[in-house]
Amino acid sequence: MIRTLITNARLIDPEAGADAPGAVLIKDGAILEVRPEESPQGLDEGARVIDAGGKCLAPGIVDIGVKVCEPGERHKESYRSAGLAAAAGGVTTMATRPDTLPAIDSPEVLEFARRRANEAAPVNVLPMAALTKGRLGREMTEIGFLLDAGAVAFTDCDHVVQDTKVLARALTYARSLGALVIAHPQEPGLSDGAAATSGKFASLYGLPAVSPMAERMGLDRDIALLEMTGARYHADQITTARALPALERAKRNGLDITAGTSIHHLTLNELDVAGYRTFFKVKPPLRSEDDRQAVIAALRDGLIDTISSMHTPQDEESKRLPFEEAASGAVALETLLPAALRLYHSGDLDLPTLFRALALNPAKRLGLPSGRLAAGAPADLVLFDPDTPFILDRFKLRSKSKNTPFDEARMQGRVAMTFVAGQTVYEADRCP
Amino acid sequence: MRFDHDHLLGIEPLAPADIATLLDLADQYAALNRREVKHTDALTGLTQINMFFENSTRTQASFELAGKRLGADVMNMAMQASSIKKGETLIDTATTLNAMHPDLLVVRHPQSGAVDLLAQKVNCAVLNAGDGRHEHPTQALLDALTIRRAKGRLHRLSVAICGDIAHSRVARSNIILLGKMENRIRLIGPPTLMPARIDEFGVEVFDDMEEGLKGVDVVMMLRLQRERMDGGFIPSEREYYHRFGLDAEKLVHAAPDAIVMHPGPMNRGVEIDGELADDVARSVIREQVEMGVAVRMAAMDLLARRLRVRRAEQSDKGVMA
Repeated sequence: MIRTLITNARLIDPEAGADAPGAVLIKDGAILEVRPEESPQGLDEGARVIDAGGKCLAPGIVDIGVKVCEPGERHKESYRSAGLAAAAGGVTTMATRPDTLPAIDSPEVLEFARRRANEAAPVNVLPMAALTKGRLGREMTEIGFLLDAGAVAFTDCDHVVQDTKVLARALTYARSLGALVIAHPQEPGLSDGAAATSGKFASLYGLPAVSPMAERMGLDRDIALLEMTGARYHADQITTARALPALERAKRNGLDITAGTSIHHLTLNELDVAGYRTFFKVKPPLRSEDDRQAVIAALRDGLIDTISSMHTPQDEESKRLPFEEAASGAVALETLLPAALRLYHSGDLDLPTLFRALALNPAKRLGLPSGRLAAGAPADLVLFDPDTPFILDRFKLRSKSKNTPFDEARMQGRVAMTFVAGQTVYEADRCP
Repeated sequence: MRFDHDHLLGIEPLAPADIATLLDLADQYAALNRREVKHTDALTGLTQINMFFENSTRTQASFELAGKRLGADVMNMAMQASSIKKGETLIDTATTLNAMHPDLLVVRHPQSGAVDLLAQKVNCAVLNAGDGRHEHPTQALLDALTIRRAKGRLHRLSVAICGDIAHSRVARSNIILLGKMENRIRLIGPPTLMPARIDEFGVEVFDDMEEGLKGVDVVMMLRLQRERMDGGFIPSEREYYHRFGLDAEKLVHAAPDAIVMHPGPMNRGVEIDGELADDVARSVIREQVEMGVAVRMAAMDLLARRLRVRRAEQSDKGVMA
């Protein structure tokens, strides 16, 4: 097997919290050696050498919560198109959502999704399965069979399991198998029908709104159930300041809980919806600037563990509607890194912290060996220039759906190359 | 007369000078409307389409009459009964409309922002006749004209808006307009019917009529929708009337010459006492209806002038190209 040496790189090591020049030697799809500084070439005879030219080399992004619309709505996104978008965005592993049509809630549908994914996508695809059949919140799925078939986590996505007894049993059962349950903390009684976060903005625009408190109430309930059941739990998106103390307490009490947030809640706020722009309609709705700042601080402190794209393709028809009727969600695989780099350029987060949330923590939570820049880890890597400025043109996105809130936005930072198991799956110069 | 807006989608985009321009012209139309011959040719040759995606008799009639008095060809489309039931989207509707070459489009829609969306897709002037809980600009303008005529000015007045603020586009447009014209605004109603963070809009909020009405020059009542009376937002109709219904006893706390307004249609005995509503000494509810036609004539006239200018510019460009 040929060896590859990436030299002259700025290594972003989230595990060590380091950001320093160095080189990485890859062999047999794994990282063989990480060298802090240039060292003698001894081992590198015959190796393919890539001069990084001072660009950043980081572990590839592990994105929990990507929606690929297979089965059911392939016109919105296929494994092929999502895989290409992921590669171009530096995402080397996608944990895909089961909120498809039909839902991925049986081993048979999961097998289908896995087969399609492996044929079509150039990056790692790890399917998640529904926690309850049809995501209806009534009966738990065959968690054991689904685990055997390769499900990495169990989630009903944005459907909250309203029947607390059903959720308690599902968590208890999942715990016995060591399965990870991912939930969407939200009190549905309050959030039903809402299109915005209640506050001055929603009042001005006359939109039905949900109090940010609904997130904390949902999280409080789930935390109580974790105390009861001891299950492994991940909150998909924590987006409000009011939910953070509850999360902090739960972690301090030793519950097996982690939390993510979405790139959109980190980089946008409720005011961005101005003029009823439906590409900014996401679920939960965008929050106030105070909430955004609180979530950034929680990410810096490690209270919030992961950042996800919450990639949700929607076609033009489902977005070109009055705001209340329009579908929620935004595509984000390709904009995840440049959007996250806004937090780096603003001085909020350094690059190792960013990649702790983008790669190391999500990989750890899913029990994957990736997400690290260390000998023995899979050579899933992203090489990027954090500074290159560009203006995003949504029609150039590789996703089949173009519903990004960043259309025509000024962004900074572009992926130069993406490697999965040592293989180049994206190269900016070759794939313009 | 300067008016630089292609559409009338809300009060929010208007400057105080725009509002004054609209009201001055509306005053002239109010005079015309009282003459025997009520016709002008301001909109002759133009087509006005009224599209109501939500039931309305009064507003639609007011816009229809306004258009006819200005000489437009007016057509009414009752959208709640037609194509949207067949699954046509708003964008499809816009495409269909464009093929009919309308000049003025009057739209009411049950969803906030829907009229803005339609305005982006059609090539004519659009008037918002009410979108969801967002805005109802001609209602706020007719209220402003009524106040200005009754009080002799539209600034430094103390105005109370009472009732279901949360679900009311009339309240939103009025809060914005009266704020732009530098009036003091007091909102009175049960907290369940107040929008979130409404205090940040530069208004004072009360949940007690006596306190809220103290010394105000104008009392604006809002209609309480039937579907809000079922115990979800307020305990009952009779408790609401007892606490928030306007009657002579509560009106005593307002200024002695305070006027009483209501956008209609009224629920007598729910938000307003029937006798008070009919008291010509206090109530200007009939004038509001009259000013409605005048204000809509003014708005359509100004938008049509602007439309003609824009079209002339476009055809000039066409010639030069």
